[in-house]
Amino acid sequence: MALDTVALAKASPESEQPFAELGLKPDEYARIKEILGRRPTSSELAMYSVMWSEHCSYKSSKVHLKQFGDKAPQSDALLVGIGENAGVVDVGQGYAVTFKIESHNHPSFVEPYQGAATGVGGIVRDILTMGARPVAIMDSLRFGPPDAPDTRRVLPGIVAGVGGYGNCLGLPNIGGEVSFDSSYAGNPLVNALCVGVMKHADIKLAKAAGAGNLVVLFGAKTGGDGIGGVSVLASETFGTSGATKRPSVQVGDPFVEKTLIECSLEIFAEDLVVGIQDLGGAGLSCATSELASGGSGGMKVALDRVPLRDLSLSPEEILMSESQERMCAIVEPEKLPRFLEICAKWDVTVTAIGEVTDGERLEITWNGELIVDVPPRTVAHDGPVYNRPIAQPAYIGEINSKRVDLPIPSNGEQIKAAVLKLAAAPNLADKSWVTSQYDKYVQGNTIQSHPDDSGMVRIDEKTHLGVAISTDANANWSYLNPYQGAKLALAEAARNIATAGARPLAVTNCLNFGSPEDPGVMWQFAETVRGLADGCLEMGLPVTGGNVSFYNQTGSVAILPTPVIGVLGVIQDVRTRTPMSFKTSGLDLYLLGDTYEDLAGSEWAFLHGVRVGQTPKADLAREMRLIELLLDGHKNAIFSAAHDLSQGGLSAGLTEMVLRYGVGAVITLENVGVALLSESPGRVITAIDPSMSQAVEALAVKYAITLTKIGSSGGESLIINGCDISLDELRTAHTSTFPALFG
Amino acid sequence: MRVGVITFPGTLDDRDAARAVNLSGAQAVSLWHAEADLKAVDAVILPGGFSYGDYLRCGAISRFAPVMELVIEAAGKGMPVLGICNGFQVLCESHLLPGALTRNSDLHFLCRDVEIEITNNETVWTTSFTQGEKITIPLKNGEGSFQCDDETLAQLEDQGRVIARYVGNNPNGSRNLIAGITNERGNVVGLMPHPEHAINELTGPSAQGLGFFTSILQAMVK
Repeated sequence: MALDTVALAKASPESEQPFAELGLKPDEYARIKEILGRRPTSSELAMYSVMWSEHCSYKSSKVHLKQFGDKAPQSDALLVGIGENAGVVDVGQGYAVTFKIESHNHPSFVEPYQGAATGVGGIVRDILTMGARPVAIMDSLRFGPPDAPDTRRVLPGIVAGVGGYGNCLGLPNIGGEVSFDSSYAGNPLVNALCVGVMKHADIKLAKAAGAGNLVVLFGAKTGGDGIGGVSVLASETFGTSGATKRPSVQVGDPFVEKTLIECSLEIFAEDLVVGIQDLGGAGLSCATSELASGGSGGMKVALDRVPLRDLSLSPEEILMSESQERMCAIVEPEKLPRFLEICAKWDVTVTAIGEVTDGERLEITWNGELIVDVPPRTVAHDGPVYNRPIAQPAYIGEINSKRVDLPIPSNGEQIKAAVLKLAAAPNLADKSWVTSQYDKYVQGNTIQSHPDDSGMVRIDEKTHLGVAISTDANANWSYLNPYQGAKLALAEAARNIATAGARPLAVTNCLNFGSPEDPGVMWQFAETVRGLADGCLEMGLPVTGGNVSFYNQTGSVAILPTPVIGVLGVIQDVRTRTPMSFKTSGLDLYLLGDTYEDLAGSEWAFLHGVRVGQTPKADLAREMRLIELLLDGHKNAIFSAAHDLSQGGLSAGLTEMVLRYGVGAVITLENVGVALLSESPGRVITAIDPSMSQAVEALAVKYAITLTKIGSSGGESLIINGCDISLDELRTAHTSTFPALFG
Repeated sequence: MRVGVITFPGTLDDRDAARAVNLSGAQAVSLWHAEADLKAVDAVILPGGFSYGDYLRCGAISRFAPVMELVIEAAGKGMPVLGICNGFQVLCESHLLPGALTRNSDLHFLCRDVEIEITNNETVWTTSFTQGEKITIPLKNGEGSFQCDDETLAQLEDQGRVIARYVGNNPNGSRNLIAGITNERGNVVGLMPHPEHAINELTGPSAQGLGFFTSILQAMVK
């Protein structure tokens, strides 16, 4: 094929172009022609198509996401907000922490190992790009029915991919989620979170400033993997049949990424870059246009200088390639020699491919011929914006009005059966089969990880400063009421931080939904964003960034609306953290918070195939009082243990606590069935030394939180209202599920 | 007392090993794979990780690093050398230790706290332990199954060169539950589990891993 140059495009305005195959709509194509005043060259078309895809441009979500800015709470902690590669939060002592969660759902269904692996690789580079050393990762995973044949293909591959990549990078995996629902059968969710640490002064931004500065590409060579991955994969619904899309999934090499991390950190430490951007979705198209837009706009790139591992690639393919483990830096010419030296030390391939100009256009040449000449903002930021139709789906009225009708255990035999059933339920069962494939120890700073309420890492060995992170979603609630579901997930994630004694500071989110072209899905999305923005405003927690994944549906069936909310908190001294369970007998166990008959959307309802009723209403003022109570109690060393209650209610919470260190408990409950199974939000179990009973009562009064003594720790069993379940039996139920399913 | 910690490309636990060395009272000295310079250290640690991405075989490329020529030479003269996990694999590839580490028997990467029994407390790396002492430290690897031929195994057993064994279930299919071995001279030790991740109860399952680092300090001070 002849090279399509700007000159040729001007000379042949009527030439037909495959915009539809590249995922562009006719009006979008027309808009490109309007911007350029001519037809785009094939390279320009490639750039616009990937950058204007749903995945890169947020064209369906933008109008809603701006609420995170409009309703942003006042926060002194936020150093870098939405729009950069990741948000940055001040955690004190001169440290800044950056964290973000991102989806890699579609690639992980097509090619589970590589899809998940490159999902980890991508989010780690986002964090690195901010100037931070990545210090931990988490993964939030959702699958189809656990016994479905395809789940047995997808789950082991995804887990091995998350582990294979993260382990090789030397990043501890400190937590996450694994859950199942039939709606994810053809659309598993892989959401990966990374957190990084730097000093305030070291924050880096994606901008190409200073005419004459060099555009330097470093890291892996560019190959043919992932070409069109963004537009072809992430923005298209999987048909029930259809041709294989395997070649569109990127292939990762964590070893190259590890050397790239160390190399980049040395480069940052010597202050050798003006701006930096990683190459993820949309590859060079994204990096060059975003860097140029971040500066004055002018940049010249000689595309033929890009080192290739497949010499047959065309310029269009090079622009679209999503080859992993690549970074693009803006470097002052006098600093280039040192930059090259550090790359040589780490055996990292590096090439100056262009320079910043004082113009306003991004110009890309191929062997001297101009093939791209565009205003970079039009590529990176001025993509189409859709105000998609929104309509409350019919199912909402129907299921919200139905009564939740479930068997409620009352006698000893029924209680035991219910507790064991929940302990063994795939959504609640022990996840060691998954987490034992992840390195949690590397870097030597992991304080908490699976199965604790949150992950916690120490960031300063001398002062013992640390951060805690939790990711949570409750798709069952979001399905019944997406507005409340988002608020409840936010509250849960914040509570999971606070139980350990960390103060919640900031929020990231990964919003996984079906097709935005379905007004019902769009309503779920809009309600979720509204709920999350309102919730963050009320709780005073800024949203620092996030990710939207649409088109998670098979045929016309969308996944459950699944907003995964990550909350980051800070703890002044990790040595003082409150553990999630008790190691000794004779401690008093209290329930903080109120229990109502909240069975709609509960795990008990899920296990009985019941998906009706109304979710609890989030009471964020009370959630904030509970968080303050937990922090106050932590500060005054009142708690021996504290554990959040969420899915599976008190039954699951007690199971997790007694099995954590193998110390049983004797529990007495009123209205025992509902007390065990209800998932009323805003509840925590605490263990306290009897000498602290007055102190905990005073806390409850001070923060106006209901306090109920429910029993004490000790023994070799979990005894509930006289019903005795031995820890051995409970452990067998809890730990057998995953090995039985996945080998 | 200076203990070198080598960083190969892809090494991950170098900072952890240095932290453990410093905590034990010795001074950790960073050694770079490409520099043929041992910086006058008294002992060397090859830490865990995925050097060269485990390409070809674990440790197969690292053994050719310039610094390894010096390590092999110094080990021959009696310098204490400890290889942990990937470091153990490098020592096997360098023929400083016999045998090989192969894929775990269940084919998964495994990160778990394991109990091991110290079965030889006479090497320079194990004198802080009592013979038969049981300690709990993390195991984390995909290729941790120790394999060798019957003759080598008999030699290792007869000469008391198995320095640590897994207690209870075999986590990875290692022959004779072997978690660590030493050379004939007792100065080179390879260990699959990670003592550098067990130096306090805040970040590890115990502080029992410290014994390996205090052992070498004592050996040098003598």
